[in-house]
Amino acid sequence: MTIWMELIVQTTFSYVGTIAFAIMINIPRRALNACGWCGLAGWLTFWSLYRIGSGRMVANVMGSLVLGLMGLYFARKKKMPAILFNIPGIVPLVPGATAYQAVYEMVLGSVSKAAIYTFRVLLVAGAIAVGFMLTSLFSEITTKIRQYRTSIKP
Amino acid sequence: MRDAQTIVAEMASERIQLVIDTCLLAGRIMIESGSEMYRVEDTITRIAHNAGVENSVIYTTPTGLFFSVKGSAVSELRQINSRTINLEKVQRVNTLSRKFAEKQISLRELHDALEDVDQNTPLFPLWLQFLASVVVSSTMMILFSGVYDWNDLIISGVIGGLGFLANYYINIWTRVKFLSELVAAFLVGFIAYLAVQLHLGQNINNVLIGAIMPLVPGVPLTNALRDMFAGHLMTGTLRALEAGMTACAIGAGIGLAFRIFF
Repeated sequence: MTIWMELIVQTTFSYVGTIAFAIMINIPRRALNACGWCGLAGWLTFWSLYRIGSGRMVANVMGSLVLGLMGLYFARKKKMPAILFNIPGIVPLVPGATAYQAVYEMVLGSVSKAAIYTFRVLLVAGAIAVGFMLTSLFSEITTKIRQYRTSIKP
Repeated sequence: MRDAQTIVAEMASERIQLVIDTCLLAGRIMIESGSEMYRVEDTITRIAHNAGVENSVIYTTPTGLFFSVKGSAVSELRQINSRTINLEKVQRVNTLSRKFAEKQISLRELHDALEDVDQNTPLFPLWLQFLASVVVSSTMMILFSGVYDWNDLIISGVIGGLGFLANYYINIWTRVKFLSELVAAFLVGFIAYLAVQLHLGQNINNVLIGAIMPLVPGVPLTNALRDMFAGHLMTGTLRALEAGMTACAIGAGIGLAFRIFF
């Protein structure tokens, strides 16, 4: 499969998958499309960084950072809480499948594999959380700049 | 004979009671629907502030929340028994709180509207949710497996949808925690095994990864870590524990199916 075909598949599938998950957790209808864009942006950032060999952690941090910024943008535009766009958007990134694999290996008795997977779950979830932390830092900085500007204007 | 002073005092205490009720109701709905804790505390403090109670104290955990007014003898507690993700409720509480801040609705109207949100927030119809879980399973299978396994696309989606339905109906039928995930995962494992045996699917690992996507607690786990980073250690720990228990139930269900049939 060529790289362009792969790109098209990754784009459409992350968009559609995010919207489908958004329906499962009962997102208001008028936010569905925005959720899809957030999920697409986060996953494409992760995927392209991971493809060029940045490693799992950096790719996850950047993915959730981009996704968080998109969430902030849509939250301001649509006047809805940012969490509405963040939670469906992180679905392609979250380590749910890895968490299941960890427990599955544990049930089957291969402890060393289970330990590897558990460690990976914690790292990835932590990386995503750090990405969102950077997002909230960014939003704080922009609010401060805006306040500063309005305070010097008159 | 009651004089004017007592009547005024009674009215004030009634109003305080209504403020407390409204704040706790808003908080309970938001925690039950999976909101972040800082948003819950923020919303409650705002409602209390806009209702004229300046010195409110709020303490939230995922299993219960306390509200009190500094310097007065009142302090109330509400218990929280179910924790799901239903973001439409979070959005509605948010909108109502904004309207109340802009004085478009009164405190009594806010309270009644919140009760309406609690009872009557519509869900997407079940067939649409089923379809969504089918789509989630098949798309995430392609994204996660990384090998573009087109042969297993449809069967993975169908099994994922069936697992979702099983989880849904068992949740209605029983109150036992984590049983629905366990049984649904067992069914998913069993059907996936059957499908591969009947040559409907090829790679059982890929089929399973897709099919359990509607069940796995990836989002609660990540939210738990976000709560922890935001300084809500108690909330983060409890939510992470719940997510871990769910993952254990799912892994145990699949493992059980494999132990029996392989």
